[in-house]
Formats: sequence, structure tokens, C-alpha cells
Amino acid sequence: MTTTVPAPRPARPTPGPLQETTPTFVGMPKFPKAAKEALANTQQRRNLAHATGVIRAKRARVVGELPHWEDLRLAGSQAKDEMMTHLAAYLEQLETNLVRNGAQVHWARDAAEACQIVVDIAKTKGTDEVVKVKSMATQEIELNEALEAAGIRAWETDLAELIVQLGHDRPSHILVPAIHRNRSEIREIFRREMHLVGRPAPDDLTDEPRRLAEAARLHLREKFLRAKVAVSGANFAIADTGTLVVVESEGNGRMCLTLPETLISVVGIEKVLPTWQDLGTFMQLLPRSSTGERMNPYTSMWTGVHPGDGPQEVHVVLIDNGRSHVLADPLGRQALRCIRCSACLNVCPVYERAGGHAYGSVYPGPIGAVLNPQLRGTASAVDKSLPYASSLCGACFEACPMRIDIPSLLVHLRARVVDESGRKSAEAKAMKGMAWMFGDYRRLEKAQKAAKLGGRLLGGRTIHTMPGPFGPWTSARDVPDLPTHSFRDWWDARGGSGGAGTAGSPPSTTQEQR
Amino acid sequence: MTTTSLPTAGPTGSGRSPEEVRNAAARAAIMSRVKAAVTDVSAPFGARGEAPRVELVSASRAETVELFVENVEDYKATVVRVKPGEEGTAIAEALRRVTSVVVPSGLEPAWTADLPDGIRVASDDHLSNATLDGVASVVTAAAAGVASTGTIVLDHGPDQGRRALSLVPDLHVCVVRASQVVHDVPEAVARLRSAVEPDASAGMPRPLTWISGPSATSDIELDRVEGVHGPRTLHVILIED
Repeated sequence: MTTTVPAPRPARPTPGPLQETTPTFVGMPKFPKAAKEALANTQQRRNLAHATGVIRAKRARVVGELPHWEDLRLAGSQAKDEMMTHLAAYLEQLETNLVRNGAQVHWARDAAEACQIVVDIAKTKGTDEVVKVKSMATQEIELNEALEAAGIRAWETDLAELIVQLGHDRPSHILVPAIHRNRSEIREIFRREMHLVGRPAPDDLTDEPRRLAEAARLHLREKFLRAKVAVSGANFAIADTGTLVVVESEGNGRMCLTLPETLISVVGIEKVLPTWQDLGTFMQLLPRSSTGERMNPYTSMWTGVHPGDGPQEVHVVLIDNGRSHVLADPLGRQALRCIRCSACLNVCPVYERAGGHAYGSVYPGPIGAVLNPQLRGTASAVDKSLPYASSLCGACFEACPMRIDIPSLLVHLRARVVDESGRKSAEAKAMKGMAWMFGDYRRLEKAQKAAKLGGRLLGGRTIHTMPGPFGPWTSARDVPDLPTHSFRDWWDARGGSGGAGTAGSPPSTTQEQR
Repeated sequence: MTTTSLPTAGPTGSGRSPEEVRNAAARAAIMSRVKAAVTDVSAPFGARGEAPRVELVSASRAETVELFVENVEDYKATVVRVKPGEEGTAIAEALRRVTSVVVPSGLEPAWTADLPDGIRVASDDHLSNATLDGVASVVTAAAAGVASTGTIVLDHGPDQGRRALSLVPDLHVCVVRASQVVHDVPEAVARLRSAVEPDASAGMPRPLTWISGPSATSDIELDRVEGVHGPRTLHVILIED
């Protein structure tokens, strides 16, 4: 399944530094605890089940229209693999083309450096506000907080981001950050908050989505018209032309990318596409996978500065922030193919129930479960627990337009977490005990005799919970019923050791031959 | 994959600002990290070859044009099909309910010769954002259409105007020639290459805007609502040339 990624080697190449965990997510509880709290929120569970159900059906319909979908997935994943395995060369090409067309290129090793660059540019422009296009990269580096600290207000202009920002909330989905809110909650947020930061919500605002969208249009228009500086991310940065691409729906992106005098785009280094022609593949894969449309309403593409049209000062901030660390793992690097479509969230049974906040990152869901522990390392409780936030059902891999083998990555990361936790964990001790027991058939027989005795004592009753160290294990499952009869008894009873002929040697014989 | 000396913007040598010094150091660090991270890779740069073109193939021109109309209408946009020479009438009809329109400098003059009386026609003479916000509609041509997705592409040439023109007014009347409609996305991408990477004679690269229906959002319970910040009405006039 990972044929396009080179086979893992025993020794890892030198990894880059990890991403620093931002203040928002320091001390996040591990996933099971956060998920348990989220599961108790029945309103949120209803909202999520409805929304993910709608988007799954839409996606399935438009993906089904394309008989060559699998060829597109292969072409897309191969383009990303070509990019990441020669990233330095493509970054150089991108930079050369950007600079040739009048853009200014900035490099940022980590989140703090990236934020400082943006703050400095905004300050040079003498502005105290910026308008923002929805961007995962700027959320990841917590740019809004950095701008705020420097006295610059950052206005989110995507409708869902606006809902999250006005609600003093955190995003819970990559594509639809306010997916955990329903229409009447949104109406309340607009009525309560809009007047504090600009044009108030209309007095007669209802919870009809059309009216809510209209309220956002009116509220944000004055900000678009007066803003001097805009901040965006980019879905793609095309190396061989120096073109940046932003894919969106509402037109807020076009407003930000067109009306202000200065544009700053914060772009992860893995957003590079090798060639312009690759866009033909990605513009088919992304809209159908994310919003379940044949094409998203608006896509903007710009190549440096366009005299007389749009911002006349164009900055591009290329950020590493842990990506080179992910790149250094030959198996794990495929997570960098991610185009943030969120198809894996929408099909995930765990995400649909637990919601996005439990993942403790701006990247929730299956992709978050493999990306965060690689970007941030596995030191914190939440990052250690994320590789386990999955039933390994495989729906995410099926849905991923980039063919990221998320289930295999989860297993890979579980192994890393176990290796790092050393020999002292309860699991490691239990496994050591198991190894001792299985190491000699006489010990195994004794253990089976004990189990049979236990089975007779229980008489068919099931143990649902256990005390002490086994408690967490039984919190989500029953103890398997103990047998009153073992395989060995059965084998012996049917004359296995003497009369089975060529059907197979009894286990004891095998053991003795060793 | 050879490393050349730093082609970063700005002067080199002793006259570098602290920001330029920081930027060069950050660039060098990132480049060295991403190179060190892939020492296991043996495939040379570009070994993949040319990017493949994975696309639907059209049975006929007629099928392509029908599919384009069907998919544009599916986004709740209006499509009016006209014969060459009838554009002016169709545009006048589309602007029947508005009081003002902005017109790009290079638009075919015949297209706006029959506008209704009383409509205020603004030509784009460096209109400010605020002035543009007071204009109700815009008429533009287009650079390409894509049938499989119902997409119109503007390359913001003289008959389409700068990007703000087709963004701020609430009604966008867009005239597309059937001969500009391609069947699938990769063909459009190939055609548009000359806009982003022009040869020496064509001047600077141009921006592109891909438009698929009126502005929309699915942010509230994932139900689609047409009309947020961009034009809330998209009116397409298709010239069957």
C-alpha cells in the first residue's frame, strides 16, 4: 500500500527539530479523557452526526462520477512524493519564480519566527488590523494570538472561522471549523458578539442559514473595504511557475487576496507542487474530497505581483515548523502529502462521535492522529494517546485522495510510543509475563488449567470490569469468557497426539524438538 | 539537485540588514534539514517524468457544451444561450433590474450598446474599493470554460478587467464563447499555462480566477447556501459560435 514511499530503513536519517506545542494545547488531557467529555455533549454529537452524514453522501456522489478516481489518487500521491523527496530543489525553484515575479520570500524555521515575520510586515505598514483568509498554517502557528499581542486585530473572514472567533471557541474540523455548532447556536453567537467588534447583527436575525450568511456578508464588508493588509495561506504553491493557489467558497478569500494593498501568505513547505500541470490532478481531487462538489465556487491563483491588479506588495512566508522532522521518517513522511481536504474526518467513526476538540490540535481526526505525534513528538499525554484514537477500520485510507495509509501509520506510531515508554509500563510487564508463559508448554498447560478452573467457577457469567491496572482495559470491553475446556483437552480427546496421522504434530512435540 | 549560492532577495555582503541575515540563516537551516531528511531516497530529481493528465474525454463538441450548461446550472447560476450577434440584447436583458454597471476597458463595445435607459455605466478608471461597492453589476468576457465541473476561468485580460471588478458588484454577467469551453480540468490547465508563465512577448503573468457558480457556503450544518461575499448572482451568456 505504500509502494510510492521508499521502504523503511532500520536507522532514521537525522530528523529536523520538532514543532513546539503551542500554549493553547499544552496540558491537553489524553484523547480518551477528552473524548469522554465530548461524548457527554449530546447536542454536539447530533450536530456532528448530521453534518458528517451530509458530507459523506455528497462526496460519494461526486467521486462516483469519475471512473478514473483511482488514477487521480495515484497521480496526486506521486506528485507529492516527487515534491517531498526533492523538496530542497523544488523550494529553490519556487523561490526563484516568486522573486522573479515581484514577491518577497521569507523563511521561518518555526512558529515563533513565522509569527514575528508577519507581525513585522504588518507593523511596517502601520496598520492595527488585518483581514484573514481561512488558513490551517496560520492556526497551527497561532498567528492571531501573536498579532493580538502586538496590538493588531486579526479578523477571520471565513464564515465558520468567524463563528469560531466570535464564539471564543476552538475549531473542531479542518474544513468546517464550526461543524460542532448548529444554526441556533450560531444565531446566538452573532447576536451576542457582532456588535462588539463591528457592524451588529440585524435585529430580526433568524436561524435560517441564508439569513446568517447575509449577516456575515454585511458584518465583514466594511472590513474588506478598509483593510490595508491581508493574511492568507495557500492550498498549493507551484514550483515551476511561482503561482500560489487558494481554494474557497464564499468569496472572502477573493476579497482578502484582491482588495488590500499588501498580502502575506503563510505556506507550509509541503504545499509545493512540482509543476503547473499537476494542478489538473489536484483541482479534481480536492473539491470533490472536501466539500463534495465538482468544483468549489472560487479559486484564486496569483503569480507574484500583478501591476494594476490586486495587492502591489506580495509576501510569501515558507514555514518548516516540524515538517522536516516528519520528512525524515521514510514511512511517516507520507502524512506530508495531506491537502487538508478533511475527507478522513468525515468518514471516521471515532471523529464522528468524539468531535475535533478531543484531538488537542488544529489538525483533528485520523490525519491529526498521525500528523500531530510526528510534528510535535510523543512527549505529551495527548500526542502519546493519538495513535490509539482509532479502531483501524481503514475508512480513512479509502477516502484519502492522497492515498495516505493512515492505518499503517497509526500502527507505526503506536510502536514508537511503546518503544519510547520503555520496559516499565504495565503493558510491557504483562507482555514479558506472557512471553515467559508461552516460552514453555508446561507453563502454558498450567495456566490453561487455572483458566479452566476459573471458567468453571464463573459458570458462564461475564466479567465486565476489573480492578487495579486492568481497569482501563475493561473500561471499553468485557473480559473474554474463560473456557471450561481447552484446545489441548479437545485435541487429546479426539486422539490427537496418537491417531491424527499427518494432520499435524501435537504442540508438545513441536516444543520438545526445539 | 545542486545547491546554488543563495538567490534570496536583497543585497548580499556587508550591507545586509538584520532581517536579511536572519532570513538567509533560516533558509540555509531549512534547506539543510530537508536534504538531510531524504538521504534514503535514490530516485533523481524529476525521475517521475511529466505529470500525467488524468481526464474525462469528450464524445463530441455538442456533448461538451451540453455538459457545461448542465453543470453551471447545477450551481444555481443562470445560463442563456445566444447566437453570435445577439450578445447585446442578452446583456441588456440580464441588466434589466439593476441601476448601475461597471465595464472593463477592453470589453467588446457592441455588447454594451443596447443597455436599458437610465442605467449608469462606469468604466473602470481606477475606481476605489468604496466606489466599486456602490456599483450593482459587472459585465465581463471569460478566458475558458470547463464542462465537467461547470467552471468559468477569468484570466483578467482587458475584456475581463482587474480582479476587483468581477468580485465586488453583486451581479456578474459573464459572456463565454462555446469555443472556449474545454471538456475537463487538465485541458483547461494546459491552456492556461501561457497566462501564468508567459513567453517574452506576452509580458507579466496574469492572475486567474476560477468561478463555479455564485459565491456559496456550506459552513452552517453543511447545507449549501448561495450568496455570501462574492457576487450572489452569476448570469452566464453562452455564445454558440
